[in-house]
Amino acid sequence: MRGLKELTWINLKLYIREPIGTFFTLAFPPLLILLFGAIYGNDPSPMFGGYGSMDVSMSGYTAIILSTIGFMNIPITIGNYRELGVLRRYQASALRPRVFIAADVIANMLMLLLGIVLLVSTGWLLHDVRFEGNVLSFVLGVVWCGLAMFAFGYLIGTLAPGARAAQVIGMVFFYPMMFLSGAAIPLEIMPDSIQRVADFLPLTYVVDLLRGLWFGDGWGQHLTAVLVLVGVFVVSAVAAVRTFRWD
Amino acid sequence: MSKVIEVNEIIKQYGSVRAVGGVTFHVEEGEIFGIVGPNGAGKTTTIECIEGLRKPDSGSVQLLGYVPWQDRLEVAERIGVQLQESALPLRIRVQEALDFFGSLYAECEDSQVLLDRLGLAAKSKATFTKLSGGQKQRLFIALALVNKPQVVFFDELTTGLDPHARRSMWDMVRQIRDQGTTVFLTTHFMEEAERLCDRVLIMDEGKIVALDTPEALIRSLGVERRLVFTVANHWDSQSLVEMPLVDRVEQIGERVVVYGSGERFTSSVVHGLETSGADFRDLRTQDPTLEDVFLSLTGKEIREV
Repeated sequence: MRGLKELTWINLKLYIREPIGTFFTLAFPPLLILLFGAIYGNDPSPMFGGYGSMDVSMSGYTAIILSTIGFMNIPITIGNYRELGVLRRYQASALRPRVFIAADVIANMLMLLLGIVLLVSTGWLLHDVRFEGNVLSFVLGVVWCGLAMFAFGYLIGTLAPGARAAQVIGMVFFYPMMFLSGAAIPLEIMPDSIQRVADFLPLTYVVDLLRGLWFGDGWGQHLTAVLVLVGVFVVSAVAAVRTFRWD
Repeated sequence: MSKVIEVNEIIKQYGSVRAVGGVTFHVEEGEIFGIVGPNGAGKTTTIECIEGLRKPDSGSVQLLGYVPWQDRLEVAERIGVQLQESALPLRIRVQEALDFFGSLYAECEDSQVLLDRLGLAAKSKATFTKLSGGQKQRLFIALALVNKPQVVFFDELTTGLDPHARRSMWDMVRQIRDQGTTVFLTTHFMEEAERLCDRVLIMDEGKIVALDTPEALIRSLGVERRLVFTVANHWDSQSLVEMPLVDRVEQIGERVVVYGSGERFTSSVVHGLETSGADFRDLRTQDPTLEDVFLSLTGKEIREV
């Protein structure tokens, strides 16, 4: 795995040097808490089973960070790298493809976790949000959801004909999912029809699993979500590996 | 001299276009070997088949004893590659790129040594996107040398560079060879091939047109020599036309071009001018170049292609 440590470190630095990506991963979710927290507050509500609006939104905002990286950052980066010839330059070196992909996944995962730390700290400081789960279990859930959504992102980046197309396709998935999956707005306040649409969106299962783990559910109570995410991961990863092109 | 590269009858087709149509040659250790030809001649496809980035449809390549597209990593460990079109992440710094590429190899050159050698020391903290074309190219050379390669490949190294930067690239390529690395390059600049290469393979439409040292290629043509000078308007060229080594004389105003051949062509024309008392100035010879070789072998000017 020569070069893994070095490339992961470089990827993290590149991430920080890209202001737009950093904003949406690190700064935007705490801003959501500021905004929606000011609007809805965090008083216990019967609609959310006695929890406050911010309590139930933490897992949704986590899903937003996760899908920002998966549907925006990853496809755009891969599309750009191919179009500019970065992938060709890597291909011509002794860099192994699995090291390239591992370094990218690890760096994105670390940014995801950093984003969640900032998000949860903001929620805790401003609204004293309640966490009733097991930290390790929640982090594992985040990593698992991350792998599934990232794999989908690599597939978009691989299939898109160019950098611009990768960005557009990413957005086509990102925006509807953000609003219709319960990530930005809890599904409880949505009409039934939208809830039925939500059943077809992978991100809905991310929100479902993470919210469950956040409030202390076991993985077994969200078996459908776990299985759907396994499916998304396997199908995306296999398809991405099979269709991958250096140029 | 041992053969570091052996290419045997390689063919590569893209759709209905035959990019390389049965090419055979070898490269010896320690030489600067160049493929020269117009854009679309099949140079890049050939070099990328040797590097192992592409697999030819048929034919074989041996690079340092390996089959490059099968033994990609063994080959990558031992060669350096500069690609015609490639890039680095826009915000990566020069030093970071060198250290990272160095980390990919069992043996690597000290990044400070490379920065100094390629004149990039002052730019070590600059990001890729802030570098000029010449600086990017020098960084790519540094990346190609980072693993102390036995063979280094340069694909259109000086395209897009100004004449000054081009000349300093040539010096750099000679230094690389002088330190024991075999250099394989492609170019569409005939002058570059002529000045730089020990042996030149002229390629056109996927085929080998000629392969030899630049001097031998030029000599083989027996191309006529040219002598150019300026002279007062009323000068009469008849005395030169009648000389034995002179084929013809072109006179446009004050500018005269004398065509001829033979070892003593220049001295006899000068002698003739002196004895006729002509008031000539700015006399110089124009030797045939690889451009002329290409023109005579393919019937077309390389610039037109």
